[in-house]
Amino acid sequence: MKMRNNASRYKSDNDMKVVGKSVEKIDSLSLSTGGARFYNDFHFPDEGYVKFLYSPHAHAKILSIDASKAKSLNGVIDILHYGNVPRILHTTAGQGYPEPSPYDAVMFDSTMRFVGDRVAAVFAETPEIAEEAISKIKVDYEVLPALFDFEKAIEKNAPIIHPENDKKYLIPAYYEPQRNIVAKVEINIGNLEKGLEESDFTFDEIFYTHYGSHAMIEPHGVVTYLDENNRLTIITATQVPFHVRRICAHVLQIPIKKIHVIKPRIGGGFGGKQEVFLEYIAGLFTLRTGKPAKIVFTRKEVFRSSRTRNPVRTRIKSGLKKDGTIHALSLDALMNTGAYGSHGLTVLSNVGSKALPLINKAPHQSFKGISVYTNLPIGGAYRGYGATQSYFALGQMMDIMARKIGIDLLEFYKENTIKSGESSPIFEKLGEGREGVKMSIKSCGLEECIDAGAKEIGWYSKRGKGIKNGTRVHGVGMACMMQGSGIPKVDMGAAYMKMNEDGSFNLQIGATDLGTGSDTVLGQIAAETVGVDIEDILVKSSDTDFTPFDVGAYASSTTYISGEAVRKCAFKIKEQILNIAAEMSKQPVESLKINDKKVIWDNGSINLGDICTYAMYQENQFQIQATASNISQVSPPPFSAHFVEVEIDTETGDLKVIKYVAAVDCGMAINPKLAEGQIEGSVLNGISWALTEEYRFNKKGAMLNADFGRYKLFTAADIPEMKTILIPTDEPTGPYGAKSVGEVAINGPAPAIANAIYDAIGIRFHSLPITVEKIFQELPYSDFIMTYK
Amino acid sequence: MKINLTINGKSRTLEIHPSETLLETLRNNGFNGVKFGCGTGDCGACVILLNGEPVNSCQILTAAVEAESITTIEGIGSMDKPHPIQEELVKAGAIQCGYCTPGIVLSAYALLKSNLNPSIDEIKNGIDSHLCRCTGYVKIIEGIKNAAERMSSSPKHCFGNKSQ
Ligand code: FES
Ligand code: FES
Repeated sequence: MKMRNNASRYKSDNDMKVVGKSVEKIDSLSLSTGGARFYNDFHFPDEGYVKFLYSPHAHAKILSIDASKAKSLNGVIDILHYGNVPRILHTTAGQGYPEPSPYDAVMFDSTMRFVGDRVAAVFAETPEIAEEAISKIKVDYEVLPALFDFEKAIEKNAPIIHPENDKKYLIPAYYEPQRNIVAKVEINIGNLEKGLEESDFTFDEIFYTHYGSHAMIEPHGVVTYLDENNRLTIITATQVPFHVRRICAHVLQIPIKKIHVIKPRIGGGFGGKQEVFLEYIAGLFTLRTGKPAKIVFTRKEVFRSSRTRNPVRTRIKSGLKKDGTIHALSLDALMNTGAYGSHGLTVLSNVGSKALPLINKAPHQSFKGISVYTNLPIGGAYRGYGATQSYFALGQMMDIMARKIGIDLLEFYKENTIKSGESSPIFEKLGEGREGVKMSIKSCGLEECIDAGAKEIGWYSKRGKGIKNGTRVHGVGMACMMQGSGIPKVDMGAAYMKMNEDGSFNLQIGATDLGTGSDTVLGQIAAETVGVDIEDILVKSSDTDFTPFDVGAYASSTTYISGEAVRKCAFKIKEQILNIAAEMSKQPVESLKINDKKVIWDNGSINLGDICTYAMYQENQFQIQATASNISQVSPPPFSAHFVEVEIDTETGDLKVIKYVAAVDCGMAINPKLAEGQIEGSVLNGISWALTEEYRFNKKGAMLNADFGRYKLFTAADIPEMKTILIPTDEPTGPYGAKSVGEVAINGPAPAIANAIYDAIGIRFHSLPITVEKIFQELPYSDFIMTYK
Repeated sequence: MKINLTINGKSRTLEIHPSETLLETLRNNGFNGVKFGCGTGDCGACVILLNGEPVNSCQILTAAVEAESITTIEGIGSMDKPHPIQEELVKAGAIQCGYCTPGIVLSAYALLKSNLNPSIDEIKNGIDSHLCRCTGYVKIIEGIKNAAERMSSSPKHCFGNKSQ
């Protein structure tokens, strides 16, 4: 096993004091005492409240809107609908510019495309008045035929959801809205047909993944106001403050300089807050009336009208040689983007690009994908971002193939997966909405992950043993996966740092902490690089006036991309400090080191604070300060192996997850405890989505169970024994050897559990969620149970 | 209408609307640590202690709790004087976005007040009405366990008279 990074690339001494340590998350005490402020904790004396009227129809044309009764209600300030706002096409996807998503949305439209599409917004003195006004808006609809089955979206007679001919991408991309096609991707390596022919065994299976809600506990929302210079200030629960500013400027048709976006504490995002669809509405009310405007989404609105995980149908074909090598592999994905195409191209690309390179030795590979519109809730960015969908298929296909030739699944993975020093042509051919970048793997701890996980779960003593406990039978399953670390050549993060007279430092970063702990992790990198404690770093992030740019929190980029910007910036600060210290001490700069808040040399030292004071007040005065930006040419994948033990009641179908083990190579964990927390949260989200979470729709396309009572998340009493194992590797392109950790672990639960269920009862589930009812229905077909009896 | 309440040990007279929930009343009066997550009694973000018992404040009409005693997260500890439960959650790495945390702290407080030696299952059940999407609960359970161990040495000190 490669040993953990000793940071010798950066430091003359090997002694890491802050990085690699589980320092306390810097905002956690204020969060636990209730003082930390979220957007909804900013109150303005004259603030008004926004409520929305939503379409009850999945597909309809608005013939007329009469808002006069609503408008005349006492306390109603303003009302917006398609009749009184400009029609500015945009995408709500909070991505870099030009966005790789189609411009198919407007603020308010006269066509309604799903149940939950917004018809109008009311701005009133109280939320109650706003609600009442909503009920008084009269709308005449012409109901249109709706499209609910995404597998029928490109059929000849399917209803067309975006027939308007001005919708387009800003980038060159395949887009055919006249056939409901949002995006199309195709790449080929070798010759798939030939590869299949040359194989000893071929396989062809279809898997379905379902809708999912991010279910962050803080619902979406925003508050806007005009500052004393009449600039629009937006305090918002966002993962992408700089994209909020840019997109709002576009939709509101005002200059970027007129907007100031502030991200306060955020109550979770998981991709759901990488979407800009509320800020400009509150902003427009504020611009029109001069009053502060607040939107607080209800939970029902979060379920129905925010964003979701895109359902995907994946057809996976593979060809296997007798010796256990995979010779051909293809994924053919059909993705439902719902009513709008936000992230429709890039999530689709990731279905292929984050899964196929794992099996890099197959010489014949292909990926085909199509994203389509339907009259259902909008898909979007969700932790895992397409990879979660494809690993449900790939993870089970690996199990199917290994079983076919009777080889241990662990050995099968080790034989066929990518290794350090190797590459995959997919990296170069398939990026996010465009070509990718060539890269070879410089750190890979997957084999170690497999070994450590297998040991922890007791793989060889449980696999295929059909261990029984009354009517209940046990099974174990596993799956391997990877993700990326940022979008290469696209994602940019920047940092600014300055020094204060007491030896403390302000670190200002555009990077967005949405609860992940990135403020802490980036503070640790700064502290380590300069040579001070985390307490000496004052971190401020995500304020478009006061911090430098960053793309925001997505694509597993923050630690890897923004972290390296911070490291570079802090390194410049350190150089400045040492140069001044050399001047003050008359010592050669090479003989100086920073240690314990002092610059030290053989027989002397100066306090850091004194150095700053000297620079500010005494000689050749200047501010010790630096800034740095970072982009990456590559996107090194974190790797992970997951193992799970389940117990199934052979009479009722009741399934219990007994134990879950996630072994993860995220490079060097800058803060091991926070890294574990990312993994544990991902795993439970993945388990819950695989087993109990489900969007249920009625015949009219309305989600029926839009509350936590009926959309079932796992609670504390439901959790299995969970074990997280960090396998350290040294990623030479990452800050202090780090890669990403935020997403990879959500890809494991669905395939690992499905494989464990097969191990227990011999039934293969091709669609999610795998509910107790579905298991119960399949029990009579279980050969395994027959043999147990 | 007017209502009298004891909040965090202080008696208060508040002006409320008859249909207002306790969640709204508390937030309108500056108790920002009470969080809104669902409004349907399913997430626990709005939990407060009513006469020492954890309840979802979004499910209670303020008008119905005249003269009763309420403890919010602000009454448990502060940045300067955090409660051991708050400190142990911090140490365990149990706080990611922290949106669920105030409610969980209050439920843990009520649990530990009645049982300073809870089993892991008792802790799980004690916070089972709370949803946390960030942590997978693992470190929250660990933090509460550690708090219980620490508090069992000086329980009196840990359940101050501010909370009822
Ligand atoms: S807000 Fe009260 S239980 Fe969710
Ligand atoms: S820490 Fe985010 S919901 Fe619990």
